[in-house]
Amino acid sequence: MSKKNNAPRLANAASGVSSLLASLVCILVGLVVGFIVLLVLGGITLAQSGSAFSFMELLKTTWSQGFKPILQGGFYASANTMGMGVRMEILQAAPLVMTGLSVAFAFKTGLFNIGVAGQYTVGAFFALFSAIVLKMPWWVCLIASAVGGAIWGAIPGIFKAFLNVNEVITSIMFNWIGLYAVNTLIYQGGTGPMFNLKTTKTFTLKESAPNALLPTFNVKVGGEDYFGKMFKPSIGIFIAIAVAIIIWIVINKTTFGYELKACGHNKDAAKYAGINEKKNIVLSMTIAGALAGLGAGLFYLSGSKEWEPLVSTALPAVGFNGISVALLASSNPIGCVFSAMFISHITTGGGFMLAKLFPSEVADIISGVVIYLCAFSLLFKGSIMKLMNRKKKAHAAQTGPDSGSGNDNKKEGNA
Amino acid sequence: MADYVIEMLNITKEFPGIKANDNVTLQLKRGEIHALLGENGAGKSTLMSVLFGLYQPESGVIKKDGEVVKINNPNDATALHIGMVHQHFKLVECFTVLDNIILGAEPMKGPVVDRAAARKKVVELSDRYGLKIDPDALVEDISVGMQQRVEILKMLYRDNDILIFDEPTAVLTPQEIDELMDIMRGFKAEGKSILFITHKLAEIKAVADRCSVLRKGKYMGTVDVATTSVEEMSRLMVGRDVQLVSTKAEKTPGETILKVENLCVPSKIHKNDAVKHASLEVHAGEIVCLAGIEGNGQSEFIYALTGLEKPSAGTITLCGKDITKASIRSRSKMGMSHIPEDRHKYGLVLDYSLENNMVLQRYWEKEFQTAGFIKSGAVRSYSDRLIEQYDVRSGQGSATIARSMSGGNQQKAIIAREIDKNPQLLIAVQPTRGLDVGAIEYIHSQIIAQRDAGKAVLLVSLELDEVMNLSDRILVMYEGEIVGEFDPKTTDVQTLGLYMAGAKRMDKEGKE
Repeated sequence: MSKKNNAPRLANAASGVSSLLASLVCILVGLVVGFIVLLVLGGITLAQSGSAFSFMELLKTTWSQGFKPILQGGFYASANTMGMGVRMEILQAAPLVMTGLSVAFAFKTGLFNIGVAGQYTVGAFFALFSAIVLKMPWWVCLIASAVGGAIWGAIPGIFKAFLNVNEVITSIMFNWIGLYAVNTLIYQGGTGPMFNLKTTKTFTLKESAPNALLPTFNVKVGGEDYFGKMFKPSIGIFIAIAVAIIIWIVINKTTFGYELKACGHNKDAAKYAGINEKKNIVLSMTIAGALAGLGAGLFYLSGSKEWEPLVSTALPAVGFNGISVALLASSNPIGCVFSAMFISHITTGGGFMLAKLFPSEVADIISGVVIYLCAFSLLFKGSIMKLMNRKKKAHAAQTGPDSGSGNDNKKEGNA
Repeated sequence: MADYVIEMLNITKEFPGIKANDNVTLQLKRGEIHALLGENGAGKSTLMSVLFGLYQPESGVIKKDGEVVKINNPNDATALHIGMVHQHFKLVECFTVLDNIILGAEPMKGPVVDRAAARKKVVELSDRYGLKIDPDALVEDISVGMQQRVEILKMLYRDNDILIFDEPTAVLTPQEIDELMDIMRGFKAEGKSILFITHKLAEIKAVADRCSVLRKGKYMGTVDVATTSVEEMSRLMVGRDVQLVSTKAEKTPGETILKVENLCVPSKIHKNDAVKHASLEVHAGEIVCLAGIEGNGQSEFIYALTGLEKPSAGTITLCGKDITKASIRSRSKMGMSHIPEDRHKYGLVLDYSLENNMVLQRYWEKEFQTAGFIKSGAVRSYSDRLIEQYDVRSGQGSATIARSMSGGNQQKAIIAREIDKNPQLLIAVQPTRGLDVGAIEYIHSQIIAQRDAGKAVLLVSLELDEVMNLSDRILVMYEGEIVGEFDPKTTDVQTLGLYMAGAKRMDKEGKE
């Protein structure tokens, strides 16, 4: 009996392990491709400068000035004075976790939330407005950012549920509506209450709303503050991780998550089971929007960047990177934390490369290749499973034949 | 020594957690029709996939004309002149019949396809074997029967002489089945060898020479069809005696459970109503069967009853309460269980585990959740109980993904879920569609047990044998109207057929 109960769990564990391994293979291949790109770019630049160099030299430079910063990310020694690099990395990771969660959550209901950028933008506006104009404390501002994103996510959800308009189209439109609406509301011809004419940005929170800044933390390393006294990182990353855990619980452990996934897998069966599909679509998009908005709150309430209404004519990249994060994590909320960390890690590292030889966009190439390979990760997963099975079988052959379990045929009918 | 064209010797094929084929041997003689018999999930399709090169066996050899061959992919199979008509046709819907037949084996004239030569060959084959087709029709426009003939012509066009038919009759009407049998006999006369996969014993009796039987992946033996009775074959297949006709005790119906008055349901295909002023009553302790030819409004009638679609007029009363406008969930709460027509579309979330499917109608109940959190332990033990009680077989028990289960066991899982809800009214729509005798027997006995326990049962079936066998009362639906009511004891299949085809109808008083 105990064997009967263990078998499925083991099988699930095996499938989980091979998913993880498949993702790691993707990352490895991505890094190799990135190294080759660096090598070529470095070689071209050196050759154009006319200076003679040997291949070994090029290899050495590519490694120490290009690839090493990428691998080490925020921990790259020469950039990490007073924990600057690490601080940058976790500052960027927090919103990325959230946008990744936003995409992953909608995926579970069978929806493609490509409107993360717009929800993020509106979330940023709500956060900054509550902070600078209403002088609210940081936690109220965070809630406001989630509400802003939720509104922007709910609208495409409502269109999808009640008018059957594809959420991809609506949310792309709402990305731009959100961006320009926010720019206009902040700028207001230079008279906006949040707009600082001198800097052409929103007022810094440090001056105008210190209460709205997220609390900070520090770590002691060898008796000294790792991040120094001046630039301590905010607790945003911890909030993001906590939210990821909550989302994981909601998806996997609650009746709400059960309904959402049922709608995502098979909406006819969900309807048959008496699940209100329309309600779930709207709720799912609302929550996805709230997650994206909260991401903006975590970023802008950290006080390291202000909104620039005059130059923000492109949608925030963090919104679209959320899709990469979710893909790399196969829509697993906990996985989103790690994949966001990874992307933030190599992007931060990319910024530390020797700029005259290597463009920082190489980090984007690496993450691009990794994401692209994710499409093949099922393939990897299959062959990893096969390898594991073969090993198990070899093991079984050594320890004696496995008594065939009383299971019935499984594969019939698939052919 | 017998002349075997194909020999599959001691084939073993394993999937995770399951031996789909365990030391199976199959020997096909030249010019014979060889049936491969087994229940759903017995390993028939797996064995054929091995022969067709889709799977590689763990052990065993395949011989063609006495020589060992290695079949790595379907191209190797084609090179050995092995052709297969799959259960689900593999046709390009927006191509013509001719293009589908030559696809992958196009005759070329320089750089262009020589359609004239292709057409000549296809028409010739079609005439020779009586396979009526229209070479220029688009596949999406032709009947299922003709699509199957296209698949057969694909095999002939490639000069295959070993023809595999995977459950070819499941999608055909009785007339089309007879035609197919004739065609198969024609092939046999030409010296072609046929492997015929089925679980319908009558068809084997009608057309096959020999029959190999598989049970749970194991080879049970090969019998000579002419000298073996249907009962013996079914015993070999199922492993015990099977009652081909279910028996049920007399029972007087009790109070009215379901009352439908003047129900009209709009059609999705045309502007008229699919169901027109249909009225019926189902009482406790009786099985009422809604018979009819497919597409005469039965599905829409059930959709309106179960709340999947809105009726345009009429009332539905369940246990004395008007449920015409009630939600699906509240109908379910009031004691309505529904075994849906399409188990993949409605019945199951295929990517959910079996246990999650088992609670699909009940996950919100106190037993399975507290404050919105699912009690996974309760779900698991409930699911384990249903699996045990209703004999649902799967690779990994409760954790099995529903998609990987065989059709019969998927259906058993749905029936377990719907019956265990202890409903007042059980609506079963084609509950045995595509299932084998063992599963059909089991499902019939479950339905009768529900009736004997005093439940009202509304059965929709296209199979007249099932209708005659199970029901206490038969209603015939034709073009959305109920055109006749019958007692199965005093009527026969021919009479029902006349009403189903619209040739006869009764008036309100039950007169012809």
